[in-house]
Amino acid sequence: MEIIISILAGVLFAVGIYNMLQKQLLRIAIGTGLVSHAAHLFILTMGELKRGAPPIIKEGITEYTDPLPQALILTSIVISFGVTSVVLVLAYRTITENDTDNMEQLRGNKYE
Amino acid sequence: MLFVVLLPLLFAFLVPFLGRAKKHIHTGIFVLLVPLIIFIYFIQFAGSNFQTVTKTYNWIPSLHINFDFVLDGLSLLFVLLISGIGALVVLYSIFYLDTTERLSHFYVYLLMFMTAMLGVVLSDNVFVLYTFWEFTSVSSFLLIGYWHFKERSRYGALKSLIITIFGGMSMLGGLILMSTITGTTSIQGMIGESSVLLESSYMPLIIILILLGAFTKSAQFPFHIWLPDAMEAPTPVSAYLHSATMVKAGIYLIARFSPVFVTYDSFFITVTVVGILTLCWGSYMAVRQTDLKAILAYSTISQLGMITAMFGFGTEVAIFAAVFHILNHATFKGSLFMVAGIIDVQTGTRDIRKLGGLFTFMPIAATLAVLGTFSMAGVPLPFLNGFYSKELFFDSAVQGMQWDSSLLTTLIPYVVVIGSIFTFVYSMYLFFGVFGGKKDSHALTAEPKEAPIGMLLSPFILVAGVVVIALMPQFFNSALLSHASEAVFGSAFSEPIAFWHGLNTPFIMSLIVVALGTVLVLTRKKWAAVYRALPGKLSFNRVYDWMIRKMDSTSASITNTYMNGSLRLYLSIIIGAMFMLTFVFMYATNGFTISFDNVAPVTALEMTIVMVIIIAAIATLFMNHNVAAILVLGIVGYSVAMLFVLYRAPDLALTQLVIETVTVALFLLCFYHFPKLKKRTESVRTKSMNLFISIGFGTLMAMIGIAAHSTDWFDKISDYFIETSLPEGGGSNIVNVILVDMRGVDTLFEITVLGIAGLAIYSLVKLKKNKEAK
Repeated sequence: MEIIISILAGVLFAVGIYNMLQKQLLRIAIGTGLVSHAAHLFILTMGELKRGAPPIIKEGITEYTDPLPQALILTSIVISFGVTSVVLVLAYRTITENDTDNMEQLRGNKYE
Repeated sequence: MLFVVLLPLLFAFLVPFLGRAKKHIHTGIFVLLVPLIIFIYFIQFAGSNFQTVTKTYNWIPSLHINFDFVLDGLSLLFVLLISGIGALVVLYSIFYLDTTERLSHFYVYLLMFMTAMLGVVLSDNVFVLYTFWEFTSVSSFLLIGYWHFKERSRYGALKSLIITIFGGMSMLGGLILMSTITGTTSIQGMIGESSVLLESSYMPLIIILILLGAFTKSAQFPFHIWLPDAMEAPTPVSAYLHSATMVKAGIYLIARFSPVFVTYDSFFITVTVVGILTLCWGSYMAVRQTDLKAILAYSTISQLGMITAMFGFGTEVAIFAAVFHILNHATFKGSLFMVAGIIDVQTGTRDIRKLGGLFTFMPIAATLAVLGTFSMAGVPLPFLNGFYSKELFFDSAVQGMQWDSSLLTTLIPYVVVIGSIFTFVYSMYLFFGVFGGKKDSHALTAEPKEAPIGMLLSPFILVAGVVVIALMPQFFNSALLSHASEAVFGSAFSEPIAFWHGLNTPFIMSLIVVALGTVLVLTRKKWAAVYRALPGKLSFNRVYDWMIRKMDSTSASITNTYMNGSLRLYLSIIIGAMFMLTFVFMYATNGFTISFDNVAPVTALEMTIVMVIIIAAIATLFMNHNVAAILVLGIVGYSVAMLFVLYRAPDLALTQLVIETVTVALFLLCFYHFPKLKKRTESVRTKSMNLFISIGFGTLMAMIGIAAHSTDWFDKISDYFIETSLPEGGGSNIVNVILVDMRGVDTLFEITVLGIAGLAIYSLVKLKKNKEAK
């Protein structure tokens, strides 16, 4: 299963990056979201999957799932939420100010 | 001693506070104390029974970089010049700069320079020396650009910085080579290991690198071009940095390393040739200038060339003459710069064509100038110190060199006479052009009058130095100069210095210089046309300007090829580079492994979710409707949350569900403003490039993930968290304990990031364009 999840993460990375390489702002925002999902799954597989109980200590249980990737992912989820919201609002402002969502038209002046 | 060296720098911290009171009391009055204290401290060491003093203060002992201060004769001469001339320059600046100028800036830079220069001449450790060396370049840059609103000041400041830092970096290369070969970072140590060094095959490279540092700093041909442009600095700075002290750092370096390269002839021959060339070119060009300070700048270049040449001769008398001339040059050139500043302030111009006949208006300044210029010209009079060192210079040129080269040995006496004739010509041109002849009343707006007494005080003291040194050469010899030349040559110069040696060759050379020089001065207008042929359009300034322009345009065009504002290109470069580097590295180290041992079983439920995620993700690429695309993205998020549930991560699943909901809501809030998603219209080439990059990167990440799972190099560190969670963290939810306890600072920063994101969003929503705000 770890191998399948690794491949799944790879697919999500590929699709996310492909979205980010597009011109339209919304696609770039979607790409950012997909890449963070990919990263979370990627980190999760680093610890082994489905070994032991959820990492909540209980009497009589000695085997727990690796808690460290979970802690890292938890931080990451919150941070990527922050990033996604900034990207979205930035995109919103850019579009309302410049009347375009095309990155090629937002390139600024040459030799600026 | 460390405290004395750092005193100016420490005092510089006080200057801004003192500067606040500048309306009532000139900041320079406080600053004057610093060089005076240093001068008094160091003058105690001088005397006929001088002994070398060594002090060590640890800085980075593990790298053998320490403040090893060695005060030998040569260093003593320099520290006395730095503090003595420094005191006079600060005194002069009190009257030169009025309180409307940015005085705090000026004195902070000047004090910074003082520490740096003291450090250069006292450090025995080559890397500490280098550090202080670059500090002098930086402070010189700041001082030249002091009047930063003038375009010429900025140009001059940048030029000096580029040229001297280029030299400094080269020198660092040379110093690293030397310390690697000899295994020591101390100059004294290198003298001991000199035989090892001289046998090294790197010697030619070392010589070139070290000399580049020395020649750029001391404005030797062809690097002299920065010095005339440095004259945009306030005159006290020109007198101090660009005549008396900093430009002599290169000469100091040559002198300092002479004992190391003592039997390496090509070092001394190079130094001699460059020095002689600089002497001649500088004095020849000085006659052509019309700005007083430009004449003095070229004259400084020429005099520096002369001192360099003498160190190149390498004989006992030559080295003595060189250190003697370092002292003499500081006195007469310092006073001349100050007089030039006085003329500038009093008449409002430095253009020698507009000046003339000022003798009657400014008799004191004129008297000071006559002594300074005649001393510089080497006029044979017993009370001019310039004559003594010039005479010794001729003497050493005739006596032959420390090395063998019959061609150079025969040529040099003739060449130095020619160079000295021009020295005589520009000295006379300078004096009579300003003070002789008739006053051109049309050219000058203000009626010139004598400068205030305070302004005349510093040049007066320096000119007094000119006379006193000339009248009592033996005193200075035994107290100071013999120790300085001993530090370079190994033994002190024994012959007495006297005005009258008899009618020997050097004296005849002096007479020839005066005679031919007088003829050339009187007929100057007739032969001045020669400057149209040489240099004509030949100028190293053009080379410099061309190089700067080319460097600018080339780097701009290179940068513009990849910094073109296209997000797609940036991402492609970043991800492409990441892909290539990681892939090559993993491949080369056999990092890719696949092992099916120790994997969790595959269940139908998981496979279903995986398929849903893949389909939904790929679908985002083909959705041409905003809401559809956002909802499909939501499907990916919720499915990932379900995977978290299956993989026993309850906290993750909860957080992911909440966050995904909020994110989708946020997307939907914004989507209204987004224009509709369009069908992609890129060319096939762009599409396939995008596809290649994204698939490549995805494959790479998948392979890394598999490889990471399949290898078992390290023990997991998670056991530590599982064991200590309850006893030390006091919580049974291990993930929570990690977040708030064990990695609490991480979480704190995470919250900070969220806070900043919140602020950014708030200001993005609220911020209006400037035109709307008005």
